[in-house]
Amino acid sequence: MIKFFLMVNKQGQTRLSRYYEHIEINKRTMLEAEVIKNCLSRSKDQCSFIEYKDFKLVYRQYAALFVVVGINETENEMAVYELIHNFVEVLDKYFSRVSELDVSFSVSEIHL
Amino acid sequence: MPAPIRLRELIRTIRTARTQAEEREMIQKECAAIRSSFREEDNTYRCRNVAKLLYMHMLGYPAHFGQLECLKLIASQKFTDKRIGYLGAMLLLDERQDVHLLMTNCIKNDLNHSTQYVQGLALCTLGCMGSSEMCRDLAGEVEKLLKTSNSYLRKKAALCAVHVIRKVPELMEMFLPATKNLLNEKNHGVLHTSVVLLTEMCERSPDMLAHFRKVKQLSSSQLVPQLVRILKNLIMSGYSPEHDVSGISDPFLQVRILRLLRILGRNDDDSSEAMNDILAQVATNTETSKNVGNAILYETVLTIMDIKSESGLRVLAINILGRFLLNNDKNIRYVALTSLLKTVQTDHNAVQRHRSTIVDCLKDLDVSIKRRAMELSFALVNGNNVRGMMKELLYFLDSCEPEFKADCASGIFLAAEKYAPSKRWHIDTIMRVLTTAGSYVRDDAVPNLIQLITNSVEMHAYTVQRLYKAILGDYSQQPLVQVASWCIGEYGDLLVSGQCEEEEPIQVTEDEVLDILESVLISNMSASVTRGYALTAIMKLSTRFTCTVNRIKKVVSIYGSSIDVELQQRAVEYNALFKKYDHMRPALLERMPVMEKVTTNGPTEIVQTNGETETAVLETKPPPSGLQPASQANDLLDLLGGSDITPVIPTAPASKPASAGGELLDLLGDLNLTGSPVSAPAPQIAQPPFLLDGLSSQPLFNDIATGIPSITAYNKNGLKIDFTFERSNTNPSVTVITIQASNSTELDMTDFVFQAAVPKTFQLQLLSPSSSVIPAFNSGTITQVIKVLNPQKQQLRMRIKLTYNHKGSAMQDLAEVNNFPAQSWQ
Repeated sequence: MIKFFLMVNKQGQTRLSRYYEHIEINKRTMLEAEVIKNCLSRSKDQCSFIEYKDFKLVYRQYAALFVVVGINETENEMAVYELIHNFVEVLDKYFSRVSELDVSFSVSEIHL
Repeated sequence: MPAPIRLRELIRTIRTARTQAEEREMIQKECAAIRSSFREEDNTYRCRNVAKLLYMHMLGYPAHFGQLECLKLIASQKFTDKRIGYLGAMLLLDERQDVHLLMTNCIKNDLNHSTQYVQGLALCTLGCMGSSEMCRDLAGEVEKLLKTSNSYLRKKAALCAVHVIRKVPELMEMFLPATKNLLNEKNHGVLHTSVVLLTEMCERSPDMLAHFRKVKQLSSSQLVPQLVRILKNLIMSGYSPEHDVSGISDPFLQVRILRLLRILGRNDDDSSEAMNDILAQVATNTETSKNVGNAILYETVLTIMDIKSESGLRVLAINILGRFLLNNDKNIRYVALTSLLKTVQTDHNAVQRHRSTIVDCLKDLDVSIKRRAMELSFALVNGNNVRGMMKELLYFLDSCEPEFKADCASGIFLAAEKYAPSKRWHIDTIMRVLTTAGSYVRDDAVPNLIQLITNSVEMHAYTVQRLYKAILGDYSQQPLVQVASWCIGEYGDLLVSGQCEEEEPIQVTEDEVLDILESVLISNMSASVTRGYALTAIMKLSTRFTCTVNRIKKVVSIYGSSIDVELQQRAVEYNALFKKYDHMRPALLERMPVMEKVTTNGPTEIVQTNGETETAVLETKPPPSGLQPASQANDLLDLLGGSDITPVIPTAPASKPASAGGELLDLLGDLNLTGSPVSAPAPQIAQPPFLLDGLSSQPLFNDIATGIPSITAYNKNGLKIDFTFERSNTNPSVTVITIQASNSTELDMTDFVFQAAVPKTFQLQLLSPSSSVIPAFNSGTITQVIKVLNPQKQQLRMRIKLTYNHKGSAMQDLAEVNNFPAQSWQ
């Protein structure tokens, strides 16, 4: 099951966040900061799946934006990896060559 | 009031903020503006304000005051309002807030709205955050929508149904009839969501699962064949632009179907059979050059492993995993390692074939891969490959990150214990681990290692030599130093005598050995426990070494005033050994016997009589199953007559030779009685060391063999002492004697002390008596428990000495008890 879906940039600013489980608001920022720290510390040729606490993170980097999805064990990691890419492609089509700015400005549209 | 700024403006302004504080300021200003605008009940700009609020919520600022506004937006008629309102509801509200119930009516109306988009919105929101009450109320509507022909709505309704089922599992049956037709759709969206719905139903309820496996669907085909057909169509069909992802058509649906097949086929032969073909087909036909193909293959492999597939298929699956391992992409390798870990239990041999690749993965740079490879390597170690694997694992231990070292060390210990080809190899391996990752090993590794060393008698010289060399250079790794000091203490004479068959013997003098032990004691790096070990080792050497006894005496006396209470206690007691009880020193500090691994530690094992300081002290560490960290101090105090403490008695292995104890008893003369004054003062070392003061109240045996007749052991001058016997079934060499002393005279007997001695081959333990006054006229008794260990099953004999005050004078009597019944000792 997907726990959350985040798009965070390299400086740690959250561009999009969607949580599918209830987490308190202050914990969310902490979670996001830690998650991005984990992702940033990995080099390019390292595995895209990180084990974090009791679930897994699947992340993918697109330019300066990280898309991170938190999943639990029942989910197929590679399928989620593909899902991320699919999502980005959809955004690309929608905004015609999406960039980080587009994401930041059209939050509500992306949500839906 | 000027019109509130648009969301984009807000975002732009926030982006210009350079520091966190500036950003916070801007946001707070905007929040204030929004709040006042809400108060004014302005309809036109409400949606803009809520949108801004949502953005700020995403950044992490509190936005709960917008919840009611969301509700108002939902109630409005404009679509844009509704859109933002529902979004806000999804993000801000959840079951914890009471406000959400107000939404129920709105959602109900919207579910029946004419526009499908509004209906869609309502379904989304309900599916996202509906609470159980809301779900119960609205489930009927959802079910109705599941049956419509509008595929846009159908797929959303299916997902909403999933959420309803998660929240209110009882409603599952309601959706059952609607699912019959779901899989007949062409629209992939509907197919996908219906597969999700079916998966959820099957996972939640085994009844549903059985139902789906068997029942015939309306279109006269069962579920499994239907799924198989769909999957086949997906694979076989040509390029379809709307579902294509890098050459494979709708991989997401394929993965979902595979997962549902997995659930259906688990533990069910018929379904598994039906799936075999399609699984083989998917496995062979999918393109593996892209990640997408690999994702599907991964899911296929997982499915094959879970269902009752035929062996050919399983071999195919493991080969696929092997291929993954050789792939360059890290993700794939990680995934392969994870799946291999799951299958290694069942298909051990097949996985062994890939052992070399797995071991190579240990050298990978990536942390996740290394961890998986390590776990898998441990699972793959067996008797044949243990030497090679150990080499690799030890090398890995050297170079891996600290977070792995503890796990790796424990794994190596376990594997070495199970598969060690020779004792020397085992000891070598453990030593290697201690020297490389010494500070990360777990605490119980030390006693395990000590036990192993005592067990390998022929290796003592070699072991102690190696350990000595190891700590010569560096004594910072605590477990290593602990083991080394223990060994040097035990086998120091072997070290000094320079005899060692296995290795080149080194020339060590006694002084050098003492040097190293003293430096351990002094060093700041040594933990308190380590110092304890070192001090005890030095003490033991006093019997093993010949020319440096004075030096040892000096060291021990220095620590008599140490700040560390533990060290001080030990030092003071050892000092006493030197001064007053020098004759006992050799016997006390004898070599430790081979320790058996005692697996059952119950209260039924008695402490060995001689309560050797060394064994009592150190045995708190060897006993394998977690004893409480017994206070070694208490054991020593036991020895020396402390009465008011209840120490934990460490369980001693039953194979302890009785010889040492016997000698001690001999030393103290035949009549030297073993008993304890009841009212002994608080532990003072000046007291004569009565052996065996097990003054804790130990529960008697749980399994008593009853039926042994009791005897009267003594009856004179009005004092009668009866013995009653109990023997344990689990430990037949132990007999428990309960004595009852009664007084038939007309005056009380006070200060009554009972003491007993047994011949050499026995061992005795006396527990504390119930009191020291026997009331007159048989109006009460003193009871005391004696435990006798009779390993050679010889006839019990006992000499008893009684002292008491009666009629103002002190009385004393000696007697021999010979009339023990046969059952008490046979």
